[in-house]
Amino acid sequence: MDYIAMATGFILILIGLFGALTNSNILRMIVAFTVADTGVNLVIVGVGYMRGRTAPILDSAVAAADAVARIIDPVPQALVLTAIVIGVGVTALMLAYAYKLYEKKHTLDIAKFTELKW
Amino acid sequence: MVSRFFVLLLLTGVGAIFVSLMFGYVPDNALNLTARYYAENTVRDTGAANIVAAIVVTFRGLDTLGEVTVLFLTAAIVGLVLAGSQQGRLRREQPAPGELLVTGTRLLVPLTLLLGVYVFVNGHLTPGGGFQGGAILASAILMLLLADPLREFSHRMISAIESISGLVFVAVGLLGMVHAGGFLDNRILPLGTLGDLISAGAIPVIYSFIGLKVGAEFSSMMVNLSETEEP
Repeated sequence: MDYIAMATGFILILIGLFGALTNSNILRMIVAFTVADTGVNLVIVGVGYMRGRTAPILDSAVAAADAVARIIDPVPQALVLTAIVIGVGVTALMLAYAYKLYEKKHTLDIAKFTELKW
Repeated sequence: MVSRFFVLLLLTGVGAIFVSLMFGYVPDNALNLTARYYAENTVRDTGAANIVAAIVVTFRGLDTLGEVTVLFLTAAIVGLVLAGSQQGRLRREQPAPGELLVTGTRLLVPLTLLLGVYVFVNGHLTPGGGFQGGAILASAILMLLLADPLREFSHRMISAIESISGLVFVAVGLLGMVHAGGFLDNRILPLGTLGDLISAGAIPVIYSFIGLKVGAEFSSMMVNLSETEEP
C-alpha cells in the first residue's frame, strides 16, 4: 500500500513535469504544476505510512497509553496540510499572473513572450 | 523534435532517481524520535485527540502563523495584481445559470457553511481543522459565484473577517506567553477531558479563527478573480 501510494506520487510528479515542459499554453502549464504538486504531497504522506497502524487520532479505538505502538507518523501529515494550502496560494498567484499576461498580449502561448529570451 | 528529446532525457533521469529512491526506501517499524514525542505527550501537553491538529496548532503553531501569513500575502497580491483590471468591469449580459444550479445552490450553501463550521470546530477531535473547514466555507462562496457571477460581495466584510481572525490568532498566542508556557501555548484555557468538544484548551478557538481566516482569504481570491472582466 505504501509502495502503491509512493509510486503513484512519483508518476504524478513525472507527468506534471512532462506537462509543464512540453505544453506551450500557460494555463496547461499551471494545471501540470498542480498535478506535480499533488504527486509530491502523495509521496510525503506515503513516507509517513506504516504497515498495520492507524490514523494519529486518539479515541476509544486507540487509547492514549498505547498510541506509540498503534499510530502512524503524524509529522508528514502536518507537513502536507501546510503544503496543500500553500499550493492553493501558489496556484491562485499563477492564475492571476497568467491573466495579466493574457491582458498584455492577448495570448497564453509561452513562445510569444520573448522579452526575457536570450 | 530536439526539445522534446531533451525533455524525455531529463524525465528519464529524474525517473531513475525516483526509482532508486523507491527501491532504497525501507519503511520504519517504529515511530522516529519526533513522532514518538508527539504520540506520547500530545494528550498530556495539549489534551487534543487529533495529534495532527495538536502539531499544527500548538507544537508548530509558529509555522502555522507563518503559513496563514503566506496565504494572506497571496490573497493581497492577487488583489493587487488584478486591481488594475477591475476598473473596466463590464456588465455584459450573462447567460442564465439554469434552474438546477440556482435551486441547488439555495439548498446546498447553508449546508456547506454548516459543514465547514463543523469541520473546523471539531478540528481537535476528528480529521479536519481550520484549513479544511475554511476551504469548505470558501467552496460555498464559489457555489454562489457560479450561480450568479455578477453577485456583489462586500470586500470590506471579507477583509474585516480576515483581519479580526488574524488579530485574535496572534492575541491568543500572546496570551499564552502571559498565562502559560510560551507563545501559542494552548493551556490558557482548561484542557478538559479528552474527546469533549470543549477541551484541548485554546486549540478549538485558534482553529476556528484559522478557519474563518482561510475561508475569507480563499473567498477574496475567488471574488477578485471572478470580478476581473476581459477588457
